[in-house]
Amino acid sequence: MSVATATPDLHQVHGLEGTDNPGPAPKRIVTGYGFWIFILSDMVMFSCFFAAFAVLSGETAGGPHGAELFNLKNVAIETGCLLLSSFTCGMASIAADLRNRFWFQVAMAVTCALGLAFLWIEFHEFADLVARGAGPSRSAFLSAFFTLVGCHGLHVSAGVLWLLTMMAQVFAKGFRADIQRRILCFALFWHALDIIWVAVFSVVYLLGSGA
Amino acid sequence: MTDVHHPHDPVDLAPGDEDEGRIGPRLIGYVIGLGLALLLTATSFFVAGTDLVWQPSIPVAIIVLAIAQMGVHLVFFLHITTGADNTNNVLALAFGILIVVLVIGGSLWIMANLNHNMMPMDQLMKMQR
Repeated sequence: MSVATATPDLHQVHGLEGTDNPGPAPKRIVTGYGFWIFILSDMVMFSCFFAAFAVLSGETAGGPHGAELFNLKNVAIETGCLLLSSFTCGMASIAADLRNRFWFQVAMAVTCALGLAFLWIEFHEFADLVARGAGPSRSAFLSAFFTLVGCHGLHVSAGVLWLLTMMAQVFAKGFRADIQRRILCFALFWHALDIIWVAVFSVVYLLGSGA
Repeated sequence: MTDVHHPHDPVDLAPGDEDEGRIGPRLIGYVIGLGLALLLTATSFFVAGTDLVWQPSIPVAIIVLAIAQMGVHLVFFLHITTGADNTNNVLALAFGILIVVLVIGGSLWIMANLNHNMMPMDQLMKMQR
């Protein structure tokens, strides 16, 4: 990472002034980059579930197909929830950079409400499928479906817990540099979940109910 | 390592961070991103349910729209851009995309090939009996 003049004091300590070695990058960049690598590895993990689903999507073992099971209206509402929550999460990032506590808490609360609405709809969809005898043990297609969509749902649940933690930490400790780094990582996580959901609703629901 | 963030230094950007210090342009960026994402989502759902377009083209259209929307999210929400301060983030993303393409494409290719070359499962069961 090329840093021009971020840490002049360190340069003097190490006798590095005027050399090409710019010294270590600021901690915010190192943390954000490390978390970005984690998110990419998470996407690689999801790609394995997507591959499994794509291979198994026709193997219904005489059971119901996607077209008979999926309610696209619910999926559209879920998608709207996640898209809007990504937007409000961006608003929270801006408020955090401006160190505005009120708008940060408001934006995070809205993000939390939208995330919970998403989880609520998804939970009811799963409960409905199981009640109709289309649980994960019915066919290879449904096993792959519950693994993939459930894994995304678990990520959203973890994200909501993290979101509440960040609200509490900002409330108790304010916008310290380490809290700001955690907010940065949380925003990355939440936006990345939205990207994965785009793949889920396209591949699982739209392609699944067409085929 | 310093704990302080200097937004106006000519340094690298952390993924998710923006170059811009003022609120106005940042807010507009998120609004544009949300608008484009909603537009692409609505198009996807419309295409999936319509019979106005040639049916075999629908899966391709849905996948292309999904990839476009992921690009919109990356640029407007995650702020992964082509700027010089973003090189490391873009390179990591490129490697991630390479692995994802290999995993998904490779699985589909191999399994389609096996399906094509193997006997149907019921005949295979009869032979084993």
